[in-house]
Amino acid sequence: MNLLASLTPGLLLALGGMVLLMIGVLSRKEHAAGITVTTILLLLAALVCNFLTPTGLLFGGLLRISLFTQFADALVYLGAIAALMLSIDYNKREGIARFEYPILVLFAVLGMIVMISAADLMTLYVGFELQSLALYIAAAFARDSIRSTEAGLKYFVLGALASGLLIYGISLVYGFTGTTRFAALAGALTQGTDYGAIIGLVFVLVGLAFKVSAAPFHMWTPDVYEGAPTPVTALFGTAPKVAAMALFVSVMLGPFGHLLLQWRLLIEILAVISMVLGALAAIGQRNIKRLMAYSSIGHMGYALMGLAAGTVAGVQATLLYLAIYVVMSFGAFACIIAMRRQGQAVESIADLAGLAGERPGFALAFAIFMWAMAGIPPLSGFFGKFYVFAAAMANGLDVLAIIGVITSVIGAFYYLRVIKVMYFDNGAPQFDVTPGSVRFVMGAGAVVTALFVLLPGPLVVAAAAAARALMG
Amino acid sequence: MMTVPLSHFLLVAGLLLVIGVFGIFMNRKNIIVIMMSIELILLAANLNFVAFSAALHDMVGQVFTMFVLTVAAAESAIGLAILVIYFRNRGSIEVEDVTMMKG
Repeated sequence: MNLLASLTPGLLLALGGMVLLMIGVLSRKEHAAGITVTTILLLLAALVCNFLTPTGLLFGGLLRISLFTQFADALVYLGAIAALMLSIDYNKREGIARFEYPILVLFAVLGMIVMISAADLMTLYVGFELQSLALYIAAAFARDSIRSTEAGLKYFVLGALASGLLIYGISLVYGFTGTTRFAALAGALTQGTDYGAIIGLVFVLVGLAFKVSAAPFHMWTPDVYEGAPTPVTALFGTAPKVAAMALFVSVMLGPFGHLLLQWRLLIEILAVISMVLGALAAIGQRNIKRLMAYSSIGHMGYALMGLAAGTVAGVQATLLYLAIYVVMSFGAFACIIAMRRQGQAVESIADLAGLAGERPGFALAFAIFMWAMAGIPPLSGFFGKFYVFAAAMANGLDVLAIIGVITSVIGAFYYLRVIKVMYFDNGAPQFDVTPGSVRFVMGAGAVVTALFVLLPGPLVVAAAAAARALMG
Repeated sequence: MMTVPLSHFLLVAGLLLVIGVFGIFMNRKNIIVIMMSIELILLAANLNFVAFSAALHDMVGQVFTMFVLTVAAAESAIGLAILVIYFRNRGSIEVEDVTMMKG
């Protein structure tokens, strides 16, 4: 029964999703809110089961459950739960409260946990596609909105291109090594490396870079973030980023770990371009969702720095960074969702002017997330950057760390500008009353982000254990 | 019996990939053409898998092809669905018209 026990979270999501789908289709009434709440409960149950499952290889080596996958899965569940909580009220007010949305998120999460636990290129591909296909629909979910459908279209075209390149790379890797199992691949790649396999590796890397929206493969990010309904953007900013980055780390350091010297430079280049672009391109943005898009590109650059280090400390830093980033990100999106005036969502940074006078709690929470994203101590974002830089420096990547420090200083400009607009500009935002679920996500995110400094130990230890489980 | 060497299959697959990628980036007309290009890329990968599978005497490649075919079908169904709702809102599927958001 070991197999069944290890699969509990995934089975819970798969079966639960299908049952909910049947309920939604067969019943006459629209049950959007009820199904959303049930989905959140299912995800919570999966989150709890996640920590209780036995670790090991499943299905003769197709899936691998380890402390690493449990850590990344937990972050995915957290991000998805937060995004769903934000969606309940928003979808209702925007007239897009349909029962399909939570179910799409559920299947996307299932795809993410499959791809995180993949120990074979085949499971990797299937999980990757399950996640992508569900998210293409989610991006275009406001089907009467031209911006949302355009976002869905752009995400689809570029995402499909990325998965096409990924699968082409996988086919080359398979052909030149004769296997798709991660363990066997690692063995095959130790004995002399074929150029074919390295070309395949580059294709795989490009496909994954698209998904984590690392520059120069970030083109879809700003448009999709801006166009998609805000709860969907909140989802994009959290769970898929974690899943794709965890997959990136486990693929690069697992089967391709022996080729570290071949791919390290590529990861460094991705990290530098992402950090620089994230810092510079966001400066001119007026739309807060677009700003968050460039900010997420920058954050992925920092997370990639840990991967470039290629050590246990590097993986630990990346995981820690992702954990901190997820909390900051869903908190910031909760604030963005709370920006509504007279029933209309507003998205311009200028709309925040004078918020501190009117809604001090809201402004404080927003300010905490912005400070944390800028990496200002003692908020959690500082520790994420600190660990990443330390891991990079310990492996002789000093230049990378220096560029990272410079770009985070530049990036601080636009984060602090948001705070300046809220606290020092004159204006009266007159935002609508924020619903309880959004307040809860905002408050929980702000408390964790602000008070992380008091109790960083458990997370740091868990990330270290996860990293050791991956690197073995 | 004369057999076609593996390198020929790889060459054809490589050409299909290049045509597909160029089809996506050079095409300025119609989004349907982009979808066809995506299919070409997936076919290139499939051809690789089948050719390698035959050359290596290993079934994994053919099983993988089945997965890719299934995913390709789902992908084009979703792509066309998104295209239909986009067309309903925008009234055009010209690539040049997909410009509501920029920057």
